[in-house]
Amino acid sequence: MPDVIRLKIKRQENPNSKSYWEEFEIPYRPQHNIISVLMAIQQNPINAKGEKVAPVVYEANCMEEVCGACTMIINGKVRQACSTLVDNIKQPIVLEPMSKFPLVRDLMVDRDRMFAALRKIRGWIDLDGAYDIHVHAPRVSPKDWEKNYDLSRCMTCGCCMEACPQFFPTSKFIGPAPLGQTWLFNNHPTGKYYKEERLHEIMGVGGITDCGNAQNCVKACPKDIKLTDAIARLGRDTTVQMLKDVFIK
Amino acid sequence: MAVKKPKIIVVGGGLGGLWATIRIAEAGYDVDIFSLFQVKRSHSACAQGGINACLDTKGQRDSIRQHIIDTIKGGAYLANQPPIKTMCEEAPGLIRTFDRMGVTWSRTAEGVMDLRLFGGVKNKRTCFSGATTGQQLLYVCDEQVRKYEEAGKVHKYEWWEFLSIVKDSNGACKGIVAIDLRTMETKAFRADAVVLATGGLGLVYGKSTNSTNSTGAAAARVYQQGAKFINGEFIQFHPTAMPGDDKNRLMSEAARGEGGRIWVPKNVEDTRPGKEIPEEERWYFLEEWYPAYGNTVPRDVASRAIWKVCRELNNGIGGKDLVYLDLSHRDEAFLRARLGGIMEIYEKFAGEDPTKVPMKIFPAVHYSMGGLWVDWEKDEASGGMKQPSARNHQTSIPGLFAAGECDGAYHGANRLGANSLLSASFSGRVAGESVAVYVKGLKEGADSLPGNIYSDEKQRQDSINQGLMNSQGDENPFLLHHDLGELMRNGVSIIRDNKTLDEALAGLQELKARFNKISLDDTANWSNQPLIYARQVYDMIVLGEVLAKSARMRDECRGSHWKPEFELKIPEGKFSGDPEFEEYRAKWKANNEQWLKTTVAEHTQSGPQISYEKIEISVLPPDEPRDYR
Ligand SMILES: Cc1cc2nc3c(=O)[nH]c(=O)nc-3n(C[C@H](O)[C@H](O)[C@H](O)COP(=O)(O)OP(=O)(O)OC[C@H]3O[C@@H](n4cnc5c(N)ncnc54)[C@H](O)[C@@H]3O)c2cc1C
Ligand code: SF4
Ligand code: SF4
Ligand code: FES
Repeated sequence: MPDVIRLKIKRQENPNSKSYWEEFEIPYRPQHNIISVLMAIQQNPINAKGEKVAPVVYEANCMEEVCGACTMIINGKVRQACSTLVDNIKQPIVLEPMSKFPLVRDLMVDRDRMFAALRKIRGWIDLDGAYDIHVHAPRVSPKDWEKNYDLSRCMTCGCCMEACPQFFPTSKFIGPAPLGQTWLFNNHPTGKYYKEERLHEIMGVGGITDCGNAQNCVKACPKDIKLTDAIARLGRDTTVQMLKDVFIK
Repeated sequence: MAVKKPKIIVVGGGLGGLWATIRIAEAGYDVDIFSLFQVKRSHSACAQGGINACLDTKGQRDSIRQHIIDTIKGGAYLANQPPIKTMCEEAPGLIRTFDRMGVTWSRTAEGVMDLRLFGGVKNKRTCFSGATTGQQLLYVCDEQVRKYEEAGKVHKYEWWEFLSIVKDSNGACKGIVAIDLRTMETKAFRADAVVLATGGLGLVYGKSTNSTNSTGAAAARVYQQGAKFINGEFIQFHPTAMPGDDKNRLMSEAARGEGGRIWVPKNVEDTRPGKEIPEEERWYFLEEWYPAYGNTVPRDVASRAIWKVCRELNNGIGGKDLVYLDLSHRDEAFLRARLGGIMEIYEKFAGEDPTKVPMKIFPAVHYSMGGLWVDWEKDEASGGMKQPSARNHQTSIPGLFAAGECDGAYHGANRLGANSLLSASFSGRVAGESVAVYVKGLKEGADSLPGNIYSDEKQRQDSINQGLMNSQGDENPFLLHHDLGELMRNGVSIIRDNKTLDEALAGLQELKARFNKISLDDTANWSNQPLIYARQVYDMIVLGEVLAKSARMRDECRGSHWKPEFELKIPEGKFSGDPEFEEYRAKWKANNEQWLKTTVAEHTQSGPQISYEKIEISVLPPDEPRDYR
C-alpha cells in the first residue's frame, strides 16, 4: 500500500497566461477518486516542494458521473475525474485540462461550443406550449426506445469531442456528440417533423461529411453511447435527403 | 398603467428554474437565467428513480385521491393540503407534457410509459426513464429553454453566482447582485420579479447524496435579507447510500421497489462475504418489523430502522455502520434494464458488481423538506390551489418567488420517493405562471427606480469580497466546511436529543468565530474558487443554525424529525378499534394540537427567531396516524 498519492497537474492562471506543471503529494486513503484528491489539495494547498499555493481550480457537480462537469485528461485519457478511482490508475497521476476547448483556469475549460452546436441542430422537440393538451406523445416501440435512450444520456461532457481528430479549436466540424443528438431528435415521433431542417444544418461546411470515421469518439464515451452507429444512420439520412433535394424540388 | 417590458430573473437552472423560465417565456416575457454552471449540469440530473403521477396503467385502480393521501400522510400532515391536492391532480398532465417534450420514458411491450413501485405507497405510480429519470427530465427542459434562447427570449448567465437581492424602499425585490465566476466582477441587475430555484442544502451536512450546487447558500442569503425559512428541522436521510469520503452516493429507492431486500447477518461476528451467508442466517429486519410494506417502507422509517440495527443493537455488518441492500437474487438482465444507472454507479465507485453481490449501504442526508416560505391562494370551489395567482410561490418578500427544493411547500415532515421531481417541476411551472400575473399588476418598472439601491447593494457585496480577500487568518474555508459537516452529521442527525442539539448550536457559534479568521490562499481576480467557497460556507453555517434551532425547538417525533424522548409509541399488536390503539390515537391528536404547525424561522442579529404557523388541513384532516406495520 503506497502511503502517498503523487500528482502532476498542468496549471494555468488564466486564458492569457503560460501553463506550468506543479506536483503534489497527498496522504494515501483507500477509495480516493480524482475529485476527492483535488478536495484534499483544497484543504491543504501545499505543493510537493512544500510551498503554499493557490488550490487547483476545477469543475465538478454531481460526483457520480452524470453531469459531465468534471471531464479532464487523466494520465493521457479524457474522462470524468469523479469516477476515476486512484487505486485503479498509475502514479504519478497526470492531470491536464481538455485541449480542444478554451481554457478558463487550471483544469477548467469552457465547452460552450458544444451547447452552441445543440442550438444549431435544433436540439429540441417543438411544442405548442408546455401545458397539458390532454394527450400523450405517440407511442415508442421498446426497440426505438433503446436506441433513443442510449443517446439521451449524453451529458455533453466532451470526451468524444476531445478524442475526435477532426474536432479542434480551429476546425469547423460540429463534432460527434451534436451529430448523435441530431439523430435522436429526428427519431422522436414528433421530433421528426423537423428532420429535414436538422439534416440541412449538418449537410454543409463543418457537417457530417467532415467525420473521417476514425471511431475514436465511440471509444472515448464514458456512457458507451453508440455514436458511430448514430452517425452512420445519420449519414444515410443525409444521402437520402440530398437526393430528395435534387429530385423533388 | 402596466410596466411596458418587465424584466424577469430566474436564479437556478435545475428542473424548478427551467420550468419557471419556460412558462415565463411562453407568457411573452424575456428571462435572464443565472446558474453556477451550464444549466444542463444541474443537480436534478442526479435523480435516478422516477417521478410520481397517477396514470393507473397497471390494473391496480390507482387514484389521484390516493396519491394525495400518500403525500399528505407521508409528510405526517405537516404541509398545507390544497397545494398538494392540486399538484397531485395536475401530475398526470405534467407527465403528458414531459412526454411531448421528448422524455425517453421506459416503455412497456406496447410502447406506452411503464410504471414502477416506490417506497411509501402500494401502487405502481412512478414514471421512469431507465435509472436516469432526473437527467432525462432536466434535459428536455434544457432543450425547451434552448429553443427560447435561440429565439432571443432567454438569456443565460452561466458561471454566475447569485449573491443577494436588491430591495426598493417598500421592501419589494427589484433585482439581484451576482458575481461572474470567471472575471470575479459583481454586477447589479434590475428586475421586476425574481424566481429563486437554487435547489437543496445537503452540503450543510458536508457529505450528502447531493451535488456540490446544493449548498443552500442562495436561500440562506435571502433569508438573511428577510425571507422566512420554514421547517428547517425536517431533513430526509435516505436509507440507502454508499458511504464515501467526498460524497455519499445514493442507491435509488427503485432498488427496493424492484425487489431489493435489506438485511444484516444475524451474527455480527460473521466474517463471510454477504453472498456466502445462507438464507437462514440473515436477518431481514424491515420485512420482520413492517410486514405490510416490508422493504418499501418510507425513507424515514427505513433510515431509523437501519440506525437502530447498527447503532442501538450493534448488529451492522461486522459491527460497522453498514447493512446489505441485496438485489443479487434478481435476474441480471432485468436489473441492467431497469436499474442500469445505479448498478453502474455502485460498480464504478465500490468496484463490486451488485448483480452478483449484495451492496453495502447506510443512511445519508438526502433532501430538505423545509425551505423558503411561499404563499399560495386557495380555490374555494375546488379546495385546491387557485391558478394562476400572483400569490402562489411568492416568498415573504414581495416580488421574490421560490420554487424547487429551495421552497418548503409540499413535503411536510417527510418526502415520498419520486415526489420531488414532481414538486420541483410543478412548483417551477406554477412560479413561472405566478410571475406572469405579478408583473402585469405592477405599476412601476424596475427601470425607473433610482440607481443608488443597486449601487449600494453592489457596494455591500464588494466589501464582503474585499474583506475576505484581505483576511489574514489561518482558517481554510474548505476545512471549515468539513468541520461544519461533521458537526451537523453528529449533532442534527437521524435521532436527536436536546442536549446534543444545544451543543450543536454552540458549535455553530464557534464556527462563526473561526470564520472571522479565514485565509483564502488565492488572491487572483480570475476564477477564484476559494473566495466563492468561503462565502458559501458562511451562509451554510447560518443555515445550519436555522436547522439546529428549529430541531431544538420541536419536542416531538414527526416524519424525519425524531426525538425519542417524546415518542408516542403505537401499542404493539394493536390496531384501529382496539382500546389501546384508540388511547394512542387520542394522545396523537392531542400532540397534533400542539405541534401540527409550520416552523417559521426569521433572521435576527442574535440568530434565528422561531415561531409557528397554522396549517391548512381541509383536504384530509389528521385522524389517521402514520402506520406502516
Ligand atoms: C442522488 C439523488 C437522487 C434523487 N432521486 C430522485 C428521484 O428519483 N425522484 C425524485 O422525485 N427526486 C429525486 N431526488 C431529489 C431531486 O433530484 C431534487 O429535489 C430536485 O432535482 C431539485 O431540483 P431543483 O430545480 O430544485 O434544484 P437543482 O437541480 O439542484 O438546481 C439548482 C440550480 O440552482 C443553481 N444555483 C444554486 N445556487 C446558485 C447561486 N447562488 N447562484 C446561481 N445559481 C445557483 C445551480 O446552478 C442549479 O442550476 C434525488 C436527489 C438526489 C440527491
Ligand atoms: S468517427 Fe472519428 S471523425 Fe467521426 S466523429 Fe467519431 S472520432 Fe470524429
Ligand atoms: S456522446 Fe458520450 S462522450 Fe460525447 S459528450 Fe455525450 S456522453 Fe460525452
Ligand atoms: S462531477 Fe458530474 S460527472 Fe463528475
